[in-house]
Amino acid sequence: MIEIEGLDVWYGTGRQAAHVVRDASLRVERGQSFGLVGESGSGKSTILRAVTGLVPHWSGTIRVDGIDARDGHRGPDRPRFLRAVQMVFQDPFASLHPKRLVGDAISEPMRINRMDDVAARTEALFDAIGLTPSHRFRYPHELSGGQRQRIAIARALALEPDVLLLDEPTSALDVSIQAEILNLLDRLRQERGLTYLIVSHDLAVISHMCGRLAVMKEGRIVETLDRDVLARGAAREAYTRDLIAASGRGSAA
Amino acid sequence: MTPLLEIEGLSVGFPTEGGGETLAVRDLSLTMGREKVGIVGESGSGKSLTARAILGVQSTSARVAARKIRFDGIDLGRASPRTLRALRGDRIGMIMQDPRHSLNPVHRIGDQIVESIRLGARAEGRRLSRRAALGLARDMLASVDIRDPDRVLRLYPHEVSGGMGQRVMIAIAFVREPDLLIADEITSALDVTVQARVLEILDEMISRRDMGLIFISHDLPLVSRFCDRVLVMYQGRVVEEIAARDLSRATHPYTQGLMRCMPQIDGDRAPLPVLARDDAWLEADG
Repeated sequence: MIEIEGLDVWYGTGRQAAHVVRDASLRVERGQSFGLVGESGSGKSTILRAVTGLVPHWSGTIRVDGIDARDGHRGPDRPRFLRAVQMVFQDPFASLHPKRLVGDAISEPMRINRMDDVAARTEALFDAIGLTPSHRFRYPHELSGGQRQRIAIARALALEPDVLLLDEPTSALDVSIQAEILNLLDRLRQERGLTYLIVSHDLAVISHMCGRLAVMKEGRIVETLDRDVLARGAAREAYTRDLIAASGRGSAA
Repeated sequence: MTPLLEIEGLSVGFPTEGGGETLAVRDLSLTMGREKVGIVGESGSGKSLTARAILGVQSTSARVAARKIRFDGIDLGRASPRTLRALRGDRIGMIMQDPRHSLNPVHRIGDQIVESIRLGARAEGRRLSRRAALGLARDMLASVDIRDPDRVLRLYPHEVSGGMGQRVMIAIAFVREPDLLIADEITSALDVTVQARVLEILDEMISRRDMGLIFISHDLPLVSRFCDRVLVMYQGRVVEEIAARDLSRATHPYTQGLMRCMPQIDGDRAPLPVLARDDAWLEADG
């Protein structure tokens, strides 16, 4: 579903350019969940941004559902690409319009794309994320952090995408609320056959949510491994084992 | 022996629209010596408000009441503003979560440390030259593992990383050699490997100077490893007090719920148990 080969990303141009992702490759099959884990500045979020077309300077190959991202970002496949790939950001306060009712935030992409039965679809989405349709008349600041993230997820699902890109979706939340959002994301993936690419600094979150993951450091993927290998404590690279030890979670530490 | 800090029946309330009051901290009591006490709980549980009430730096709309708040025998509730000012920074230090908010963005880091050192000296009735203070600042940065202190002293806060900024804040807090340090979510914004190093430095400083520490965090496993004793707060009330190493064997359903809802690297990937909240937890013996 997602294929990335030899991806390089630069911020800036010329001599000032920072080379932030180097030769990254990964594959995610349809319906699977793949994790990118690493510390700040390791390039993990930049890979997500490159997939959605939010970085101007990159080379290599990115394909989602067979669509070449170069045609998807700018070319003829743009409408199809943008509907297939949606993103959920870390801070829903920053990603939701503060003066727009959350119901409108969810229905807006459907109106723009002239979908039918927008009202019924919006109601169904509120149901899917565990809120009631009466919440649609609230503003983002009238909701809790967990509820706001649910709204951001509903908005991302509005166009019935195949792929969700999730950038630190729970790191701004308390662990009790994180558990609810992770359970919701897992259920939605199974019910809707979604494919996830999840970025997190938290190995435990990635290990819980993903069947396979890549560990990144300083712009490079240092190790790609199955979640079961990680859980067994059988990671190959020293850096992965350092991360496990520093996180202090699970018996693998 | 006089305890370092004694709090009895602390409450912090905020006025509501209807003329009533909501309690954000309810009847909190804590007696501590030169030890590491963790305060854990979700956002809004009253951890930070408790810290601010101890220092007397809560917002003006907050109403703070306590039967007793004594620091080293000094009644903080009755102390004059002048006494409180002298205690803050000098004998009670505080470090907050984000160094970029705590440091003045338009002054060089070195100038801010030097200012703190000279103010401290003046409070003790000593005069300290700028040059001497700069020397102390250099030593302080070196002691928090900053390899190139002279360069860092010349930088502005936006020019340092989160981990470096937090080490600078620790250095500033330690310059005055306080007896009690309050650390509010100081490692939450840091990468795990940087977090480990910052805590190592903090731990080493605290045991070397025999200080008391109040360590506020939402990260239960971290507190369990780092502190001696933990207070667990739920909506303003301490629901459980437990030895930090026993946190995984906590008896209160709220503490148990917080521990269980965290994903594990080697967990079974089943849906995570979600926290079922109970209003009875807000009752005194709930």
